Amino acid sequence: MKAAVIVFPGSNCDRDLAVALQQSMGRPPHRVWHRETSLPDVDLIAVPGGFSYGDYLRSGAMAAHSPIMAEVVRRAEAGVAILGICNGFQVLTEAGLLPGVLMRNRDLRFVCRDVHLRVEQRDSIFCRSYADNQVIRIPVAHHDGNYFLNGEDLKRIESEGRVAFRYCDEDGTVSEEANPNGSLKNIAGVLSASRRILGLMPHPERLSDPVLGGNDGRGMFDSLVSALA
Amino acid sequence: MNQLSNATPELAAEHGLTAEEFARATEILGRVPNLTELGIFSVMWSEHCSYKSSKRWLRTLPTEAPWVICGPGENAGVVDIGNGLAAIFKMESHNHPSFIEPYQGAATGVGGILRDVFTMGARPVANLNALRFGEPGHSKTRHLVAGVVAGIGGYGNCIGIPTVGGECTFHSSYNGNILVNAMTVGVAPKDRIFYAEAAGVGNPVIYVGSKTGRDGIHGATMASAEFDDASDEKRPTVQVGDPFTEKLLLEACLELMATDAIVAIQDMGAAGLTSSSFEMADRGGMGIDLDLDMVPTREPGMTAYELMLSESQERMLMVLHAGREDDARAIFEKWELDFAIIGRLTDNGRMVLRKDGETVADLPVQPLAASAPEYERPYTPTPPRAAADPTALPPELDLRETILKLLSCPDLSSKRWIWEQYDHMVMADTVAGPGGDAAVVRIHDTDRALAMTTDCTPRYVAADPIEGGKQAVAECWRNLTAVGAKPLAITDCLNFGSPERPDVMGQFVGAIDGIGQAARALTFPIVSGNVSFYNETNGQAIQPTPAIGGVGLIEDITHLTRTGLAEADMTLFVIGNTVGHIGSSLFLREICNSEGGPPPPVDLAAEKANGDFVRSQIEAGAIGACHDVSDGGLAIAIVDMILAGAVGADLEDSAARDTSWWFGEDQARYVVAVRMSHLPAFKTAAEKIGVPVHVLGVSGGHSLKVGDRATISRDELRDAAERWLPSYMAALDD
Repeated sequence: MKAAVIVFPGSNCDRDLAVALQQSMGRPPHRVWHRETSLPDVDLIAVPGGFSYGDYLRSGAMAAHSPIMAEVVRRAEAGVAILGICNGFQVLTEAGLLPGVLMRNRDLRFVCRDVHLRVEQRDSIFCRSYADNQVIRIPVAHHDGNYFLNGEDLKRIESEGRVAFRYCDEDGTVSEEANPNGSLKNIAGVLSASRRILGLMPHPERLSDPVLGGNDGRGMFDSLVSALA
Repeated sequence: MNQLSNATPELAAEHGLTAEEFARATEILGRVPNLTELGIFSVMWSEHCSYKSSKRWLRTLPTEAPWVICGPGENAGVVDIGNGLAAIFKMESHNHPSFIEPYQGAATGVGGILRDVFTMGARPVANLNALRFGEPGHSKTRHLVAGVVAGIGGYGNCIGIPTVGGECTFHSSYNGNILVNAMTVGVAPKDRIFYAEAAGVGNPVIYVGSKTGRDGIHGATMASAEFDDASDEKRPTVQVGDPFTEKLLLEACLELMATDAIVAIQDMGAAGLTSSSFEMADRGGMGIDLDLDMVPTREPGMTAYELMLSESQERMLMVLHAGREDDARAIFEKWELDFAIIGRLTDNGRMVLRKDGETVADLPVQPLAASAPEYERPYTPTPPRAAADPTALPPELDLRETILKLLSCPDLSSKRWIWEQYDHMVMADTVAGPGGDAAVVRIHDTDRALAMTTDCTPRYVAADPIEGGKQAVAECWRNLTAVGAKPLAITDCLNFGSPERPDVMGQFVGAIDGIGQAARALTFPIVSGNVSFYNETNGQAIQPTPAIGGVGLIEDITHLTRTGLAEADMTLFVIGNTVGHIGSSLFLREICNSEGGPPPPVDLAAEKANGDFVRSQIEAGAIGACHDVSDGGLAIAIVDMILAGAVGADLEDSAARDTSWWFGEDQARYVVAVRMSHLPAFKTAAEKIGVPVHVLGVSGGHSLKVGDRATISRDELRDAAERWLPSYMAALDD
C-alpha cells in the first residue's frame, strides 16, 4: 500500500499518523504540504488531527480551501481511499466529502480520554480486521466533536449502513453516559456513500502500540493494508 | 511626552525605578536617560528580569553533575540523556497575568516556556503545570480554575505538545495571588544545541514570528510589584496568545536549526525586544545597531518605547551568519511568518536604536544587562515551631470515615476534571500520563523514556523553610524514583511574597538553603529556574512555594513501574521508617482544623538509601507497583495504589497502627508491591543494606480492608476521590 499524509499549518497528529501507518505498511507514507496541487500515486490519503489554521473561523473550514484539497477531492471522485481523523474528519465534512458537521462539545470543554467504540460496520476497507459489534478502546482529544446532521441525512446514512462507529460503554451499550461530546446517536465515525471515505473523531493512531497502553487502533491500519496492498 | 526629552525622577518612579537606580542609570549613560531609555532600564532592572533580590542566594545552589551540559543562565537547562540526545527543560511562573486574565495569562505562560525550550534547538515533548488557587469558597476561585485550565489546554492542545502532569492545590493564602507555574521538557540532538550568545561583527539580527503590537507593555514591571484592589485595572498589560502562530514558529525554527545558518537565537519573552537583544549582545560581548523601522508591526505609529517594551507573543530574535539570510527567509515564508532584518552586530558594545532616521537610544550593553543592581535584602529567619500537641488529636477516629473525608478534600481529590481538558497523548509517546507519581514520556523512536514531575508542599515551607525546601526536592526525587527512573536534574520556580519584607526574605533564604542541601545530597542539580516575588495582595503574602520540576531517565521502558495494584497476591511493604509525624500534615489541617506544628524532618541520607534501594528492586523485577508516601500518609498512599490499579488491598491491623501511624507524613517512604517470586531476595537485599521494610498486607479483593477495623470498597473510594472537583466546578454553569 502507498499512502500520503496531508500536512496543513497547525496539523499536529501528522507524525503520529505516519508512525502508525508505517507500522502496518512497512514503509513511511508521503507527507504532502497543503500548498501542493498534486499528489503522488497513492492508495490512501490520510488527513490528520490537529488545529489546522488554529481552528480559527471554524474547525477545518480554512483547511478545506487549501490548494491540495482540490486534488484530494479529485482523487476521492476517482475512488482513492481517504481517512480523516479528528481535525481531518472536520476538514472532510467542510470539504463536502462527508455529511454532517462537528459542533462544539456538549459541555463546551475540550475532552481527552479513552473511550469505547462499537464497530457498527465491518463492511468497509477500514474495519475488516474488527469483528461485528466489537468494542474497541481508543482515545478522543477534541473541542469540536459533537456530530450533527439533519433528520433526512441521518435516516439515509443509518439505512445505508454508513455509521462506522458509535460511542458506547465497556460492554458495548450505546448510552448517553458513554457519549463524550453530545454527538447525535453517539456517532463517532461515518462513511461516504462510496464507503471509500471514513471520518472519525477518535484517534486510532494513538493506541496502536501496546507500550502506550493499547493496540485496538491498529486494526484500522491493518485493514487498510490488507484491502489496498 | 517627547520620546527624546529627558526623563524625570517622577517618571522613573512610575516605572518602578528607585531614586538610587535612576541615579545609577544617569551615571551609566553620563546623562539623563530619555523616555525610551528609561523604559529599557526599568524592564531590564525589574525584579523579574534582573533577579536583583535573589541572585546572591541563587548562586549558592549546586548546578553541576557529570551529565549537566548547560546550567542556569541560558533560556533553559540541558542534561545529557545518552545516545547522542539531550533533555532541555525549564519551569516558569505566570502568576500575575493569570490572576488578572486567567485564560490568556495561563495560555501565554505555556507559550513562553515552550519558546524557552525550542529556542535552544529542542522539540518540546511534554508540558507540566503546578497550580495553586485560593480557598474553594472564595468568590474568585472557581472562575480562576476554569480560566487557567482552559488557557493551558487551549495553548498546549493547539500546538500539539502533550500536557502530561502537574499538581493543583488550594489554600486561602492564594486568594489574591494564584500561582500558575508551567514547565516544558524537550529533546534535542546533543551536538545541535543553540545558545543566545551573539557573535560576528556585521552579522544580521533577524526578527521572526508574529508582528509587534501594543500588548503586554510593562508586563515584567507588573510582575515585580505587589497587587492591590486596583489590580484589575492592569488588564491591558496581559498579552494575548496565539498557539497556532507558535506552532508555525516552532516548525520553522526547527527547520532552520537543521541547517547551520544560526549563530544565536533567543525568544522574546518578558520585556520583549529589549531583553532578547540585550541578553544576546551581553553574552557575546557585542553591540547591536537596531533599525526599529524594520520591526514588523500590527498597527502604525508605534513609538520606539512601545516597540522595545511590547510583550507581543510568538516572536524570536536571531543572529544569522551573514549571507544566509535568503535561506532562512525562504523557511519562514513557507510557514507564513514575518521575517525581517532589523539590525547588525557591532563591536562597540552599545545598543543603538534608530527610528525615522534618528538615533532614539544609545546605551552601553554590559552595564545594563550584567551589572544590574543587586541587593542583599535584610531577612529574618522563620522561627521554629513547637511540636504538634498529640493530645490535640481526636482520641477515637473512625478509620473508614477519616479516609473517605481526606480523600474527598480539595487537595487530594482527583484532578481528572482538569487533565481531561489537556491533550496528554498527542505525539503518541505518553507512556504514563497524569495521575501517577511522575509522568513518563518515551523518547521518540527508542525504548527509553523520560520521567518528569513537579512538587512542593507549601505548608511545610511555611512552617519551616529549610525543611520544606529539602522536602520539595526530596519528594520530586522520590516521584521519579517510584516509576523506576534515575533522577537527573531539576528546574525551580520560586514563588514568594515581597522580598522587601524581611520575614518573606527569610523564607526565601531558608528555602534556598534547604533546596541546596537536598540537591547536593541527592546529586540532583538545579539547571534552570525562575523567581517570582511580590505574590501578595494588600500585604498578605502567599505561602512560600518553591515548586520543583524534576526530570529523570528510564533506560529501559520495560522497567517502568506504575502506581496501580494491577494484580492480587503481591506483598505490600512500606520502605522507610514510620514514626507518625503529624505536625503540618494534611490530616491535621483537614480533619483537626489545625495548620500547626513543624513539618516532618527530611533525613537526606535515608532518602538516598531508600530511593536507591527501590530503584534497584525495580530493575531486579521485584516490584509490581510503587508509590511514594506524601500528603495523607500511608493510608492515602495505599488508596492511590488501589484506585490506579485493578484490585484492592488487605492490610494488617495492630494497636500500634494508630491515627498518626496511618496519616503521619514521615519522609523517605515508599509503598511497594513485591511479586511473590521475588520476596526472599527482596527481604535479603533490604536487610543487607539496612533499609527498613515493614509488611503492610497483600494486594487483592475489591476493597481496602484494614483488619476488622475498616472495609471500603473500590467503588466507594473512587466516588470519594472523584466527586469533589466536578461538582465544585459544575456550579460555574449554574
